Amino acid sequence: MGSEQIKVLAVAAILVALALIVPHASSFAILLVTRALAFSILVMSVDLLLGFTGLASMGQAAYLGVGAYLTAILATRYHFGLGDDFWAVVGLAMLGSAALAAFFGLLAMRASGVYFLMITLALGQCVWGLAYRWNSLTGGDNGINLSQRPRFFGIDFSHEVTFFYLVFACFSASLLIMYTFVRSPFGRSLVGIRERELRMKILGYNTWLHKYLVFIIAGAFGGLAGVLWAHTAGIVSTDDVVLTTSVDALLMVVLGGAGTLIGGVVGAGIVTFVREYLSTLVHWWQYVLGGIYILVILYLPGGLMSVPQRIRQWRAARTVSAAADDLPAAPPLSSPARGTG
Amino acid sequence: MMRNLPKRLSGNLLGTGLFVTVAGIALALRSAPALAQQQPELKIGVIAPVTGIFAQVGADMTNGFKMYLDQVKSTFAGTKVDLIIEDSQGKPDLAVTKARKLILENHVQMIVGGVLATEGYALAPVSTELKTVYISSVTAADDLTQRQIGKYPYFIRSSWTSSQPMHPFGQWACEQGYKKIAAIAADYAFGYESVGGFQKTFEACGGKIIQKIWPPIGTKDFGPYIPTIKSDADAVFSLMVGPMALQFPKQLRDSGYTKPILGGSVSYDEAALPFMGDEVIGDVSAEQYSAALQTPANEAFVKSYRAKYGKVPSYFSESNYTTAMMIDDVMKETGGKWPGALPFIAKMAALHVNAVRGPLSFDENRNVVQNIYIKKVEKTKLFGYPKPELWDVVIKTYPNVSQFWTFGKDEFLKQPVYSRDYPPCKYCE
Amino acid sequence: MGAQFWLIQTFNGISYGALLFLVGSGLSLIFGVMRIVNLAHGSYFLLGGYVALSVIWATGSWALSIPVAAVAIAILGLLMERVFLRPLGFDPLRQVLLTVGFAFLFQQAALDIWSGNPFDIDPPDQLTRSIVVDGLHLPMYRIFMIGVALAIGLSLWLVMEKTRLGATIRATVDDAQMARGVGINTSLISTLIFGLGAFLAALGGVIGGAFLGVYPGLDFEMLPIAFAVVIIGGMGSLGGAAIGALIVGLADNFGKALFPEVSYFTLYAPMALILAVRPTGLFGRE
Repeated sequence: MGSEQIKVLAVAAILVALALIVPHASSFAILLVTRALAFSILVMSVDLLLGFTGLASMGQAAYLGVGAYLTAILATRYHFGLGDDFWAVVGLAMLGSAALAAFFGLLAMRASGVYFLMITLALGQCVWGLAYRWNSLTGGDNGINLSQRPRFFGIDFSHEVTFFYLVFACFSASLLIMYTFVRSPFGRSLVGIRERELRMKILGYNTWLHKYLVFIIAGAFGGLAGVLWAHTAGIVSTDDVVLTTSVDALLMVVLGGAGTLIGGVVGAGIVTFVREYLSTLVHWWQYVLGGIYILVILYLPGGLMSVPQRIRQWRAARTVSAAADDLPAAPPLSSPARGTG
Repeated sequence: MMRNLPKRLSGNLLGTGLFVTVAGIALALRSAPALAQQQPELKIGVIAPVTGIFAQVGADMTNGFKMYLDQVKSTFAGTKVDLIIEDSQGKPDLAVTKARKLILENHVQMIVGGVLATEGYALAPVSTELKTVYISSVTAADDLTQRQIGKYPYFIRSSWTSSQPMHPFGQWACEQGYKKIAAIAADYAFGYESVGGFQKTFEACGGKIIQKIWPPIGTKDFGPYIPTIKSDADAVFSLMVGPMALQFPKQLRDSGYTKPILGGSVSYDEAALPFMGDEVIGDVSAEQYSAALQTPANEAFVKSYRAKYGKVPSYFSESNYTTAMMIDDVMKETGGKWPGALPFIAKMAALHVNAVRGPLSFDENRNVVQNIYIKKVEKTKLFGYPKPELWDVVIKTYPNVSQFWTFGKDEFLKQPVYSRDYPPCKYCE
Repeated sequence: MGAQFWLIQTFNGISYGALLFLVGSGLSLIFGVMRIVNLAHGSYFLLGGYVALSVIWATGSWALSIPVAAVAIAILGLLMERVFLRPLGFDPLRQVLLTVGFAFLFQQAALDIWSGNPFDIDPPDQLTRSIVVDGLHLPMYRIFMIGVALAIGLSLWLVMEKTRLGATIRATVDDAQMARGVGINTSLISTLIFGLGAFLAALGGVIGGAFLGVYPGLDFEMLPIAFAVVIIGGMGSLGGAAIGALIVGLADNFGKALFPEVSYFTLYAPMALILAVRPTGLFGRE
C-alpha cells in the first residue's frame, strides 16, 4: 500500500468515526460539527484555488451567498426547495454560482498574485453591496428567514441528527469529487501550472483555461455550501457575504494546510471550535484565534497537516545526529543537526 | 515495506484519529445533563455582542442587566438567578447557535437580548421552535410585534419599535410650526422605520417631507450629502447610529447650516452624547428614555450606574435593567416558581411596571406601551455632578405611547411596514 | 445645482482625498518596497487615533498627540516587520495572512484597552471654525487636512528625489537584487519603509480622528478605501498614491452626491473594472 492509499484510509476511517460518534454527542456539539462541515465545503473549494492552482481569492463568500440567497428566496417566496425539489435547488444554486464565477473569472483572471487578491476582494464586495441594497429581493440588512428545513424521501430534516447526516453526506460527496478531480490528469496539471506556469504553457497547456475552469468549479461548490449554510442557520443575511467570511475561508485553508483538501476542514474545525465553543467559556477567545493564526503562519508553512511530516523530519534529524555522535573523532559535520537534537 | 506501515500509521491515522475520538468523546460527555438541583434556580441566557464592533452595546446591555441582579443579590422572589451571557459577536447565525446552546445545553428558561434586526428575526423563530421565552430587550424591528407576532407566541418585547417614538415626534414637529423637513437617515431598516414613523404623523398633521437622503451605514464623511439638502427645508430630520451620530451634526454645522436638527431617536442617545461636542446643544430628539429624566428613580439609577461603570447609562442599559426588573416582578407573582413558558409570557404581558424610564405596560401584540420623551440637548449640571455636561433634557412627555400611536391596531396594520419607499415621498421633487 | 454645489463638492472631495493620501501613501510604499499587502494598515490608522486620544487625555495637548501617536505606531510597525514578517522571507500570501492575524489581534486589544465607545478627537479651536468665501462655508479642518497632505507629500517627494536616502529607497523599489549588488542594505531599507508606512497611517488616524472619529470597526472600514487608492494609483508609486487618493476622494464624493442609489458601488465597481483592464493599477509598474 502506498502512502496515498494510507492517507485515504485514514481520512475515511475518521469520517466514519465522525458519523458514528457525533449523533450521540450533545445538541450543541452536533450543531457545531454541522456548521463546520457545511462551511468546509466552501473552504475546500478555496483550497482548490489556493493550494492546487495557486490562486488566492478573497471573494469566495460571494458564491456561498448566491447559493444561500437562492435557497432562501425560493423557499420563502415560491415555496420551492423544501420537498423533493430540494435537489433541484442544489442544482440551481451550483449552476448560479458557477455562472457568477464564470463572469467574475473573466474579470479576475486578467490579474495574478496580489492583484488577483484585490480584484476578487472588490468583486466580493460588489456582491455584498448588491445584497445590501436590493431590499426587495434579499431583504437588505434584515435578511431572509427560512421557516423550515426540507423534507424529502420521507425524512424530516428539521431534526438535528438527520440534518447532520445530510450535511455530512454532501460534505463527503464534495470531498470525494474534489479528491478525484485533483488526482485526475486535469487536476495534476494544475499543480504544474501553479509551480511552473511558463513551462506548462510551452508544453502546450492552455493555462488560462485550466485556471478559469477551476475558478468556476470552486464557485459551484461555494453554491452548494451556501444551500446547506442557509438551512443550517435558518437565516441568510448580508453577514454571509461580508469580507470577513471570505477571509475566514482563506485563513482556514492556510491554518490546516493548503493543497491537502482535508487541511481546510481541520482549519474550519479549529476556527469553529474557538469562535463558537471557546467563546462560551472565555471572552478573550479572539486572542487565542489570532495567536493560532500567527503561530501557524510563522512556524508551520504547511499548516497543521504538515505536523506529522515535521515530526518525522525532526526525528530523522535527531537520528542522524545521534548516529554521528557514535562515530569516533569525526569532524563535526552534523553541528546543525546537533543543534536540533 | 510493511515495516514502514506502522510509522505512517502512527503519523497520520493514529494521531488525528485519536484527536477526533477524544474530542468527540469529550463533547459527547459534556452533554450529560447536570443532576437536577434541589434549590430552585432560574436560568436566564443573555445573548449580546461581547466582542466585535458592537461590543460597547453588548457591554451596556449586560451591565444594565447585571446591575439589577446585583441590587437584588441575584435572587428573584427567593429563587437564585443563574445568568449566562453568550457572545453573538454581532452575527445573526451565531446568535442562533448560541441560543440553541443556551436552550438545549444550559436549559435556560428564557433568552434575553439580540441587538440587530437580523438577530431579532433569527431568534424569534428559535423561541417558537424550542418553546422557550424570548424577551427582546433591544431589537427594535417594527414588524416583529406587528404583522409577524402571530408566528412567535413565546416572544415578548420589553424595549421598543423603531417607529414608536417617531410617531409623537412627527406630531410634535408639526405643532412647533415646521412645514417642510428634509430627512437624512442611515440606509437600513432601522433608518427606514424611523423616517417612516416620523413622516406618517408629520404629514398627517399637514407637514411635508420634501427629501429623503440615505447615507450608507458607516458613512463618516457626509460631505457628499450635506450640500444636497434642500434649502427650503425648515429643519433636518436625521437618524444616525453610533459613530455616524458623532460626525453628522458636526459636519452639518461646519457647513454653515443653522436650521434645527431633529435627531430621530438614537442620534442623541447617551451611547453617543457624552462623546459629542458643544455643536449639538439645542438639537432635539425623541426616545423612550433620557438619562436626564428628573425622577427619583432615574436619578438613583443614573448615579449608581455611573459610579459602577464610569459612564452615563444609555437606553441599552436602562432597557436591560428594566427587563430584569420585569422578570423579577413576574417571579414575585408566582412566588418564585417558574410558571412555564406561555404562562410566563402571559403574566409578563399583563404587567404594569414603574420602571426607571416611567410607567410601562404591554399592548395586545406584546410590545411595550411607554412614555416617549421629547428631549433637547443642553449643557447643564444635573444630579449634583460638579461640571456642566451635555444632557438630553426632557421638554415634553407623551404618555402611554404604543407602537400603533393613535391609529388603532387594525388600522395601522393595514399599511405595509415602513420601508425605503413607504410612506412614499409625495413632496420630493 | 449651481456653481456653489460643484465648488463645495470639489472642495469636499479634495479634502477627503487628502486624508486618503496619508493612508494610501504608506500602503503604497510598503507594497512597492516589500511586495507585502499589509492588511493591518487599517489597524495602524485606528491605533494612531486611539494613542492620540490617550495622549490628549493624559496631557491635554492635541499638538503633542500627533507626533507621539505616529512614532508609537511606527515603532509597532517596525517591530512587526522585524520580528514577524522578516522570518517569513518572500512569501506574499503568508505575509498577507499574517497581517490579517495581527489585524484581528489589534482589534480585540483596542477594544480591551480603550472600550468600544465612539470617540472624537478635538482639535484646537482655531481649527474648528469655518471660513466663509463667497457664501461657501469652508471648514478650517478640511483645509488643515489638505495642508498636512501637501506638506507630507512634498516632504516625501523631496526625500525620494533629492536625498541619498531617497535614491537608495528608489533603487530598492526598482530592483532589489541590483540594489543589494551595489551594496545597499535592502533589509534595513525594508524595515525603515514599513515603519514609515505605519507612521503615515497613524498620522492619518490622528488627523482623521477629528474628522471620521475613532471607534471599533474603523480599521476594516478604512482598509478597502486605502486599497482602492493604491490600486487606482498603482502600487509602489507615491505620485500614483496622490493621484489615486484624489480620484477616489472626488469620485466617491460626486458619486454619492449625484448617484446616491449606487453608493455601495462607487468604490468597488470602479476598483474591479480598473483592475480588470489594467491589473497593476493606473500608474503601477510591473
